[in-house]
Amino acid sequence: MNIQGKHVTLHDMCLRDGMHPKQHQISIDQMVDIATALDQAGVPLIEVTHGDGLGGASVNYGFPAHSDEEYLRAVTKEMKQAKISALLLPGIGTVDHLHMALDCGVTTMRVATHCTEANVSRQHIQRSRELGLDTVGFLMMAHMISPEELLEQALLMESYGANCIYCTDSAGYMLPDDVTVRVELLREKLQPSTEIGFHGHHNMAMGVANSLAAIAAGAVRIDGSAAGLGAGAGNTPLEVMAAVLDRMGAHTGVDIFKLMDVAEDHVLPILDEPVRVGRDALVLGYAGAYSSFLLFAKRAAAKYGVGSHQILLEMAKRRTVGGQEDLIEDVARQLAGQ
Amino acid sequence: MTKKFKAAIIGPGNIGTDLLMKAMRSDIIEPVWMVGIVDSPGIQRAEKMGIKTTTEGVDGLVARFDECPVDFAFDATSAYVHRDNAEKLNALGVTMIDLTPAAIGPYCIPPVNLNQLMAKGKVDNVNMVTCGGQATIPMVAAVSRVQSVDYAEIVATVASESVGMGTRDNIDEFTRTTSGAIEQVGGAKKGKAIIIINPAKPPLIMRDTIHCLTADEPDKDAITESIEAMIKDVQRYVPGYRLVNGPIFDGKRVTVSMEVEGLGDFLPNYAGNLDIMTAAGLRTAEMLAETWLSQ
Repeated sequence: MNIQGKHVTLHDMCLRDGMHPKQHQISIDQMVDIATALDQAGVPLIEVTHGDGLGGASVNYGFPAHSDEEYLRAVTKEMKQAKISALLLPGIGTVDHLHMALDCGVTTMRVATHCTEANVSRQHIQRSRELGLDTVGFLMMAHMISPEELLEQALLMESYGANCIYCTDSAGYMLPDDVTVRVELLREKLQPSTEIGFHGHHNMAMGVANSLAAIAAGAVRIDGSAAGLGAGAGNTPLEVMAAVLDRMGAHTGVDIFKLMDVAEDHVLPILDEPVRVGRDALVLGYAGAYSSFLLFAKRAAAKYGVGSHQILLEMAKRRTVGGQEDLIEDVARQLAGQ
Repeated sequence: MTKKFKAAIIGPGNIGTDLLMKAMRSDIIEPVWMVGIVDSPGIQRAEKMGIKTTTEGVDGLVARFDECPVDFAFDATSAYVHRDNAEKLNALGVTMIDLTPAAIGPYCIPPVNLNQLMAKGKVDNVNMVTCGGQATIPMVAAVSRVQSVDYAEIVATVASESVGMGTRDNIDEFTRTTSGAIEQVGGAKKGKAIIIINPAKPPLIMRDTIHCLTADEPDKDAITESIEAMIKDVQRYVPGYRLVNGPIFDGKRVTVSMEVEGLGDFLPNYAGNLDIMTAAGLRTAEMLAETWLSQ
């Protein structure tokens, strides 16, 4: 694979996707500490939001230690070069949250929908673009549909004003060829000025390989997470990604040794449990379930005395989508025969 | 024989047609007009069912009002035109049942607050909130009528095929309206609403999770009894309103999950989210009519 000379924007997820394994309890100090270290390492874009996006604070997904606004205000004012992004899932967050994030200094808005439901994002993408934000359409669980169907949805988001479209492997299900066919088609059919991005999960240990496949197929934005801190087996480990890209002669503008320090000295110490390809995460990736179901399945498994991986398998079998955490307890109860 | 009250349905789409089929079975409401703006399949269906039709919109109905006057009009069009429709028909003494998001009149969840609305005087316009609101607010109210609820949150999961473009174009409206009604009608101090759209095939039946955080330790027996009674009240007009799980008590959290299966009149069974809107609209007209008869 030759990606020599390509420019890649690395986007860190540990303060958003990483909120899942931390059960949204990252402290303001920890957030500012990690963001500052990422900023100093030259990471150009850092996402800061509740794991389930703006307005995700809920019984259903978990109440965070602090509000989105508190986190965002604390982080944005400390940034020297890095820009801050926020995630918004229509149906959970609203345009009001978007305005709040803008007021906090967010410059990239990522509007996420399930891969078949892009048309719920019109009002958010349009508004974001009107406000001059770098606007990303984020198509989640993209493994569940064909490249052609994904393109159809991507074209909708592009027509609303998204200047970047993501192929998002929320379940960590994809293998490199799955990524290649999707990203190649998006690159071929979307406007040349529309950037393509890829967001991976490491559930099948494919984070780096999939991201490379995406870059080779035309993606220029790659999500990853320092120390891999993210849902399931985590995101593509950003320091590994940066080191691999460096060896392959691609340009990221990131100081790879400083980024390794961020992972080792700033992120690892805050982990509650190792983020790794355990049985549950592997089942998420193997069967194709939303990565943030993992901890919910573990809790329900303990309560009902069934295997957490069995719950996750059933969630995949029922073709659940992101956000259906509330079904997990019912599934556990049914598996337990109650 | 009971006197029947006459009704017009504005908007011959899926919702209007489903409502028409339900209203045909009503003991007290008689659908007599279907109002559209073009000669559509919905208008033709209504004609075949022996209903007067106009394709001139509400103006057409107003012009021919004396031919067959109505007591109620169900508006299944859009928020943009509802205000205009309501003005014209209220002037003729028609009570509007608003199924659009316009919400000019007060929110109405029939088993929860319709009696209170009627107690305040003549009702000339009520708004049916949202599908998620109709499916979940009865449960919030069932808890809040027992004891104080600081916070209530609902998660509505619906089949992709049951979510029309109106909702998709302005999904924030669903979120805001539902959370507002959780507070105003459901009686929670703070409300939050989440909607999840799932494209699985075959389409899934509407599923709702309702979480309430009570101010004090929940009175489990009283809450369970209240929830069971409220489910029976909703089942009077939506027989497929079923408890799936709960109430689960965890500290001050009370959680209930529900499934809403529609009657499958014109809309498919899985679209309980749409069925509960048409059924609640009709139920509202029936309750108003019963009250008028008894006065």
